[in-house]
Amino acid sequence: MNLFSLNGSGQNHDRSFDRCLKCTACSSQCPVSLVRPDYPGPKQCGPDGERLRLKSPEFMDDALKYCTGCKRCEVACPSNVRIADIIATAKQKYGDNSFKLREFLLSHTDLMGGLTRGSAPIVNKITSLKPTKILMDRGLGIDQRRSFPAYATKSFRSTFKSVASRQEQHARKVSYFHGCFVNFNDPQLGMDLVTVLNAMNIGVRLLQKEKCCGVPLVANGFHDKARANAEFNTSFCEQALESGSERIVSSSSSCSLMLREDYPDMLGVKNEKVQSRISFITRFLAGEFEAGNKPEMKPVNLKVAYHSPCHLIKAGGVLHTLKLLWDIPGLELQQLDSNCCGIAGTYGFKKENYETAQGIGEPLFQQIEESGCDFVVTDCETCKMQVEMSTSKKVLHPVNLLARSLMEE
Amino acid sequence: MRRLEADVVIIGGGATGAGVFRDCCLRGMRSILVERNDIASGTTGRNHGLLHSGARYVVTDSHSAAECIRENRTLKHIAGHCIEKTDGLFISLPEDGLSYQQDFINGCARAGIPTEILTPQQALQLEPSVNPALIGAVRIPDGTIDPFRITSANILDAREHGGTLLSDTKAVGLIIRMGHVQGIQCRDQRTGELFEIRARQVINATGAWCHEVMEYADLSVDMYHSRGALLIMGHRLNGMVINRCRKPGDADILVPGDTVSVIGTTSTHVGRHELETLEVTDEEVRVLLEEGSKLAPEMMNARVLRAYCGVRPLVSLSSDGSDRTISRGLVAIDHAESDALPGLITITGGKLMTYRLMAEVATDMAVRHLGVSEKCSTASKPLPGALLSDQDKSKGKNVQVGGYSLADSSLPKTVAGSAVYRHGERAKDFVKEDSKWCNAVVCECEVVTRGEILYAVDQLNARSLSDLRRRTRVGMGPCQGEMCACRTAGLLAESRSDQIDALDTLQDFIEERWKGVRPVLWGDGLREAEFSYWVQEGLLGLGSLRQQATCAANAVDTTADHTTADHTAQDEERTA
Repeated sequence: MNLFSLNGSGQNHDRSFDRCLKCTACSSQCPVSLVRPDYPGPKQCGPDGERLRLKSPEFMDDALKYCTGCKRCEVACPSNVRIADIIATAKQKYGDNSFKLREFLLSHTDLMGGLTRGSAPIVNKITSLKPTKILMDRGLGIDQRRSFPAYATKSFRSTFKSVASRQEQHARKVSYFHGCFVNFNDPQLGMDLVTVLNAMNIGVRLLQKEKCCGVPLVANGFHDKARANAEFNTSFCEQALESGSERIVSSSSSCSLMLREDYPDMLGVKNEKVQSRISFITRFLAGEFEAGNKPEMKPVNLKVAYHSPCHLIKAGGVLHTLKLLWDIPGLELQQLDSNCCGIAGTYGFKKENYETAQGIGEPLFQQIEESGCDFVVTDCETCKMQVEMSTSKKVLHPVNLLARSLMEE
Repeated sequence: MRRLEADVVIIGGGATGAGVFRDCCLRGMRSILVERNDIASGTTGRNHGLLHSGARYVVTDSHSAAECIRENRTLKHIAGHCIEKTDGLFISLPEDGLSYQQDFINGCARAGIPTEILTPQQALQLEPSVNPALIGAVRIPDGTIDPFRITSANILDAREHGGTLLSDTKAVGLIIRMGHVQGIQCRDQRTGELFEIRARQVINATGAWCHEVMEYADLSVDMYHSRGALLIMGHRLNGMVINRCRKPGDADILVPGDTVSVIGTTSTHVGRHELETLEVTDEEVRVLLEEGSKLAPEMMNARVLRAYCGVRPLVSLSSDGSDRTISRGLVAIDHAESDALPGLITITGGKLMTYRLMAEVATDMAVRHLGVSEKCSTASKPLPGALLSDQDKSKGKNVQVGGYSLADSSLPKTVAGSAVYRHGERAKDFVKEDSKWCNAVVCECEVVTRGEILYAVDQLNARSLSDLRRRTRVGMGPCQGEMCACRTAGLLAESRSDQIDALDTLQDFIEERWKGVRPVLWGDGLREAEFSYWVQEGLLGLGSLRQQATCAANAVDTTADHTTADHTAQDEERTA
């Protein structure tokens, strides 16, 4: 199937680059260009480069690999050119598509998580050992300075079983796409989400089955696998909505952007039956709060600094998170400047990108250290990993904070 | 009055004139070429850029068809860096039927043009942009040719073999003594200076304007000026040339060329007084889009960059007949034989495809009179830039673009590749591995570097932004020079401050761009034009800068007359 086809029709190609006015607003907002002068920037790699690649695929510039896919260029573009998608597609279409073990290991998050089941403490121990890190660095090109997220002893899906039965008591129900990170690394976030929604008298179901949303797969060149996952996940979303869930919610800003927008736009997987009913969790909660369905909350008495993830900016969801945070009593909120943290999913794990990733994040890390906050709050799991590794602060999800304000009774 | 001397003087710097210039120089004659504007600024620069296989003419004009396929093979050999061997399709749509296809295939066989009959599915697979409604297709060896590059390469070779190019120089009269043409009178269009060039042969290669030169000798020719309009699309829609398999008509050829595609043409008769004021009409734009999107439906949604038109220099040998039935064959007149006026040769008619053959015929006429015995070698000697070829390719180099390579380049493929694509092995003269300054990209749409601009100024005789555009594609991309025009004007003025005023050349360039954009001003093209206007006029204040410059110039003019004299002296040095 042609990656350039729009909505899978096979006829229309993505020619959004034709709309580019060459205003260069995108390049002015590119976090990579700021720290890598050898990266020509989104304009030249995206719309400009695409015209050259149409002339001959041999004009494919190796520098495209430096793009993190943060999509800040797309947010800046006044002409609605899908710059990051053009670059991602070009990498796949014209780039080196040979199998790479590192890319496979980093991107198959659900497979890796599944393998650790029952052995999480040992795996965590091993991956944190210096010799292991050196081995992964030398052998695989995964930077030894990077710390790996710890795997949980019990997956979210197993933990959820203890509360599954009482969800059906609620009249209203939503289905939760938990994603790999919540399932294998941070089940607590999933449980907090259940607590919050239950407090609002909404039951939570899981999809009968789910696979990795596809974000890391696309970033590492496994487009076919991503497309297969997209079709799989979309069909289970459809099934969930048909069987009484009013929405699909996700607590990951990147997963929800993928499920909602990139399935049809980048992967050509039709999802119009479910698209309008997939929400990032804060958008759903902010809507409920506004409609009067607000749980009783106690002051949390915390000072937090909020970092807006790139993909939430792209989805237009930052305001919803802020509205939620403003509603939490006793919360002193500092909004950090809009800077990319640099990790960009699996990008920052790669040895050749480590310096770039940390360079991009530096202004953010500095502002966090200077903020004097108790916690950093952000909506994205990889931003969380990056900030926790690169600063002295712990990072919470907005849903974690909401759960705290409920539980501190 | 200043006087220059040469064996041959050629009037007209189009492909034909450049070809004659090269041929004469390679045969050891002292030659001067005069061009009233810049090379390839007339008909040569205003066509499809189609490397005809000849198939278009097999049914109506088999003689031209045979000439085309011969030259097609020759040019592929001598001008590799100006050509892409894309091949072409002749598609039949339901409204055309398949009856023409049989005549067409028979004609190709007669002319010696290889054909391959394809099913609609095969055609779609080869060329996905083609109209899926097609009912049949024939594959033929069409290709693309860059008219600016081929002209420039001919001129470059001629100059490297001792020739002198005088651009911005108009031939204003013939010197006729005792019934012999002995040279021409010229005017330097920049300084207004009149001067003479004495030569034993004058070759009139002014194409559509050849009647003007002939009139200097009271001769006349029955020119049929056929005007064709074309549209440039914002990107390359098709990989292969797409033709309609039917009698030649409007908008029946879509040619991919460099980063764009060109749809054309129309065909209307124009009077000779209209040659300088050609504008594309709304009706022509409508016809081109409507008919063109039958070749490739995607065209309807694509941005149109520009519209332009050129004039075919057809010579009507009979009084009746419309332009499409007049032969595209070349017309060479040795006036010594036809008009008892020795010393003058006129070469016209023909087409870009046959420029080399035309040059050979005209030069053969000249050598007969001059007693030169050298034979023509232009069909076998590759042009400068076309030499990269096999020995470099076999070494497996880092950068290979369209079969071209540049030795061991560590530069981005977009930068090194574009340079090689345009200049072949001559790119080595300006792609410097170690110089960031030299490799800085000036025009981002077409990836033109500072080094390439300076090379075109130093080696290819570019003296204005428009000259640079023809030699490097600077300002030819979707933004039509929004920012690069200013950058390039600065560079040009920096390196040629004595001869070029940055604001003047910028203004000329912007006006010239605007002329081509105006007929297609809608959608994204309109947004782009509006944006450019605000950047150039609003942000950079171009209009007010021009006003200031005019005021300053007036003030200087009244006080210092000697500056003009200085300029003339410098110009003489330059042309000597």
